[in-house]
Amino acid sequence: MGNLKELYQEVILDHNRSPRNFREIADTPHHAEGHNPLCGDNITVWVELDGDVISDASFIGNGCAISKASASLMTQAVKGKRVSEAKELFKSFQKLVTGRVSPEESKDLLGKLILFAGVSQFPVRVKCASLSWHTMNAALEDAAEPVTTE
Amino acid sequence: MSAPSGLPLPDVNAVPYDVDAIRADFPILEQTVHGRPLVYLDNAATAQKPEVVIDAIDRFFRQQNANIHRGVHALSVEATAAYDAVRAKVRAFINAQDDREIIFVRGTTEAINLVAQSFGRGAVGRGDEILVSEMEHHSNLVPWQLLAGQVGAVVKAAPITDDGELDLDALRAAFTDRTKLLAVTHVSNALGTVNPIAEIVVQAHAHGVPVVVDGAQAVPHIPVDVTALGCDFYAFSGHKMFGPTGIGVLYGRAELLEAMPPYQGGGGMIASVSFEGTTYAPIPTRFEAGTPAIAEVIGLGLAIDYLNDVSFEALMAYEDELVGYAVQQIGAVPGVRLIGTPQERVGVVSFVMDAAHPHDVGTVLDQDGIAVRAGHHCSQPVMDHFGVPATVRASFALYNTPEEVDTLVGGLRRVNEIFG
Ligand SMILES: Cc1ncc(COP(=O)(O)O)c(C=O)c1O
Repeated sequence: MGNLKELYQEVILDHNRSPRNFREIADTPHHAEGHNPLCGDNITVWVELDGDVISDASFIGNGCAISKASASLMTQAVKGKRVSEAKELFKSFQKLVTGRVSPEESKDLLGKLILFAGVSQFPVRVKCASLSWHTMNAALEDAAEPVTTE
Repeated sequence: MSAPSGLPLPDVNAVPYDVDAIRADFPILEQTVHGRPLVYLDNAATAQKPEVVIDAIDRFFRQQNANIHRGVHALSVEATAAYDAVRAKVRAFINAQDDREIIFVRGTTEAINLVAQSFGRGAVGRGDEILVSEMEHHSNLVPWQLLAGQVGAVVKAAPITDDGELDLDALRAAFTDRTKLLAVTHVSNALGTVNPIAEIVVQAHAHGVPVVVDGAQAVPHIPVDVTALGCDFYAFSGHKMFGPTGIGVLYGRAELLEAMPPYQGGGGMIASVSFEGTTYAPIPTRFEAGTPAIAEVIGLGLAIDYLNDVSFEALMAYEDELVGYAVQQIGAVPGVRLIGTPQERVGVVSFVMDAAHPHDVGTVLDQDGIAVRAGHHCSQPVMDHFGVPATVRASFALYNTPEEVDTLVGGLRRVNEIFG
């Protein structure tokens, strides 16, 4: 039960219920699709760039609470960041959810995103948490092929 | 209650069934998971093994291990006899007419691929149609798509109804003079639906169409009689019927098997080999190239004995009540939508919840020691039909209990509390 409470934190449940930036950005060339064939989750992420700054980020998708909340919080976290900073965030986030750094260590960099530390106790759910980040990364690289977690 | 004559009515529920004794035969059921007693409701993925099966495999490697059909020494003779005896046991288990109609393969998947490549390539040509149903497991779909690609044929799918039953009128209408094969499941792994195979076979044969039946989900729940069903091929896996992994069965009518070329080449499947040419062994050996899964075959034999000892009559009465209770109890949890409401159902209850995605449901239940499957169950066309990406699937076997259903329902209520 303790583990479950850590996984499904109030903020995560809230972002699952009412995801932020859950919309399309019509006129940006930077978007990508992500797919988790294991659970059938699908997500599209859009980023708008102003020079090398992410001026807007959004997503639409279908998935579990972890993947939706992760996408929602990600779009908030990367807005206003440089592309290089967003990629650093992605790396730190990956380390957090795979349990390679503690929330304390990454708090300064990740801020709110340390809420996902509980995912590291659920190895099969790591892909749910990171799908949106992989997809954003692909959007930044204008990848033509959909991202897949497999 | 008593009959008007004053005599007690026979108790229709009095099929002797001691579920506690059955549970005691399965060592893994004593486990705890996350500190809770294991509630194993993922039987459609793979079933647990009774001690007799585990012991048989252990004994084989300790006392009997030798290769078969190739040694004159005592161990090889003994292993060969044990292996061959299981073929007769499988024949009786599915009421085939001839031991030669039983081919040992790795599982349902390999059985269907064998039929697709060895039979299908001869039977299906350019412009022909292979008929499947919308409720097939990917293993009874992708091998036909591969074959269709190879020979220039098309795969057509007969639809299911919103109850998750085969639409028999649509199936009847789907036969054309280009239909060369029908591949259909006996029991749906995603919905639990039992299809009226005998009736379907009569229809198909009226059009001269041979029928391949995927029996993976049928054999642990209902007695299978391939002679009564009339099908041309029947495939199943040992591991879903309390036997080992790595072993399965393809039944094929002897007349068809005899005309089919080998599926794989190698040792054991030849009559004679030279550089001028090789002649193949008769059936079933022709289709069993290489050293087979000897220990697993022997384990499968013990699983069949186990099922026969319990008796299908008893386990069907028990499971019918159990699954009926599960459908009713799960369906009564607020926010649950059952996926598939077939008249004839065994083993499987699939559902989604308003409050949470199937994956989240699976994670919450796992913390209570409850093992279910969350996903598309290798049946994406079924998910598409119902407009869901995935479902939660609770699947039952002869050792599950109503108390476990209650534990599951408690877990689902907790999902509502967490996500509500
Ligand atoms: C209906 C059905 N067909 C085929 C298969 C494939 O069986 P196996 O993986 O044992 O080859 C399964 C098992 O997942 C199944 O449920």
